[in-house]
Amino acid sequence: MVNIMSALEGIAVRVEAASGNITPLLHEIRHALRRVAQGGEGTTIDLGSLPLAPGEEKRIEDLLGQGEVRAELNALGPTVVQETRYPGVWYITHRNTEQEVVARFIEVTRMPELLLAQSEDMRRAVSELDSKLPGGNRDVGHDDH
Amino acid sequence: MRKDQSLGEYLFSQGVSRRGFLKFCSATASLMALPPSMVGRVAAALESARRPSVIWLSFQECTGCTESLTRSHAPTVESLIFDAISLDYHHTLQAAAGFAAEEAREAAMRENAGKYLLVVDGSIPIGNPAYSTIAGISNLDMLKESAANAAAIIAVGTCASFGGIPHANPNPTGAVSVSDIIKDKPIINVSGCPPIPVVITGVLAHFLTFGSIPDLDELGRPKAFFGQSIHDRCYRRPFYERGQFAKTFDDEGARLGWCLYELGCKGPTTYNACATLKWNEGTSFPIGSGHGCIGCSEPDFWDKGSFYRPISAGLWGSREALLGAAAAGAAIGIGSALAARSRKKKAVAEEAKSS
Repeated sequence: MVNIMSALEGIAVRVEAASGNITPLLHEIRHALRRVAQGGEGTTIDLGSLPLAPGEEKRIEDLLGQGEVRAELNALGPTVVQETRYPGVWYITHRNTEQEVVARFIEVTRMPELLLAQSEDMRRAVSELDSKLPGGNRDVGHDDH
Repeated sequence: MRKDQSLGEYLFSQGVSRRGFLKFCSATASLMALPPSMVGRVAAALESARRPSVIWLSFQECTGCTESLTRSHAPTVESLIFDAISLDYHHTLQAAAGFAAEEAREAAMRENAGKYLLVVDGSIPIGNPAYSTIAGISNLDMLKESAANAAAIIAVGTCASFGGIPHANPNPTGAVSVSDIIKDKPIINVSGCPPIPVVITGVLAHFLTFGSIPDLDELGRPKAFFGQSIHDRCYRRPFYERGQFAKTFDDEGARLGWCLYELGCKGPTTYNACATLKWNEGTSFPIGSGHGCIGCSEPDFWDKGSFYRPISAGLWGSREALLGAAAAGAAIGIGSALAARSRKKKAVAEEAKSS
C-alpha cells in the first residue's frame, strides 16, 4: 500500500487549486473569538461542510498551529481536542474505532463541551462507587446527587 | 437492540458514555448536514428515538446502491444508525429466503402498519410485469402492496428516483420511478448512481431523529444534500471564474487542477453533495480525481449525450433546454434562486461564446 501511494505521489500533478474558503474561515474564527473574549457565546464550525481543495485542510491546521493544551479522549473511537496557537480556538478531530475520521470541527470557546465531565456519567460513577464501598452511600454522609 | 429500547437506552446499555453519545450526535448532525448548533436538539431527539421498521425492496438495479451503503467508511456512526433501525426485509442482506423471506415482509407490514419506512432501489418495469419479479410477484404489485401502509418511502439511487439507466432510451422494459407510480405517500428521492452513502444514512438519521422527512427540492431530494450544485460547491470554481479551463485530460491546465467545464463537466447543472462529502472516507470525488461530473443524480443523465462535451456545446439541446435544466434543478429558496440566476447568466454567456 505504501509503495502504491508513493508511486501515485510521483505523478507530476501540481494542484495549485485554492477554494478561496480559507481566508473567510479565518475571518469567521476571528469574529467568533472576539465574541467569546467579550463574554459572548461560542461558535462551532463543521469543516465537513466547507468545499476545500486537496491539501487545504492541512493548510488550515498549519495556519492555526498548536497551542498549550491537547486532550485525547476515547469514546466510540479516539477524539483529539487540540488548542490552536490562538487560545480559545480548538481543532477537534473525531475518529471511529477503525481510526477513520468521522468529523472535524473548529470550536471557538473557553472549553469544548466534550471535555467537561457529563452529569449523567457522574451520576453513574457515584452509583458505581456506592456499590463498591461497604455500606453504600450511607457511609458518605451526604446526598449522592 | 431491542425494539422497545430507545436509541439512548441502547447506547448506554452498550457502555457508551454521555461523552461518547455527544460525539455520536455531533457526527450525526454533521452527517445530516445540520449546523453544529443543532447538536443539542439531535441529542434530545435521538436519546428517545424508537427503532423504526424498515422494508427495503430492490427492483431493476445493479446492487450498487446497497454496496455503496454497506461498504461505507464510517462503521461507528453509520452502523449505529443502521443498528438503530429494524431492517426487516432486504433481498441481498437477509438470511431468510423464499417463503420465509416473504413472510418476514408481510409480518413487518402487518405489525408496523402506518409506521414503517419503505426503502426502494431500482426502477419498476411496467412494459411487462414478467420482466422483473420476486417470489412470483411483479415489482409493480410488490411496490404498491408495500407502499400502501408505509409512513414514507425513500427512493435510493437514480433508478428508483427517476428511472435511471433502465429508463434510458430505448427503455426496453418500460422502466419508471417510484414517484411515477405512488402518488399518495411522502417520497424522498436520494438520487445518485450510486448515492453517497452518507446521504442515505443522513436521511435515515433525519427520520430517526425527527420522525419526519427532511425539506425537499422540487425533484423530491433533501435540500440539505441537493440544495446546491456541484459547480457552486466545487473547489475548482475559482478557475471557472478566472476562465482557466483544462482543454484535454493531460494538458498543463489539467495538471494544474483547472476547471473541467470544457471537458464536459456537468457540475453546473447537477445537484448533489459530492463536492463537500466526497467519497472513500472523504478522500475525493470525480472532479477531485481529474474527471468531470457526469451528472448522475439528475433525471435522464444517461440520455444527454456525451459525458465529454461541454454543456455550452449544445449537449442539453437548445439554449432554452439548457436554461430549463438549470432552472428545474435549482432548489427553492432565495439563495438558490440567486445562484440559479447567476448560473443562467453564465450559461447564456457561455452559449453565446460558443455559437
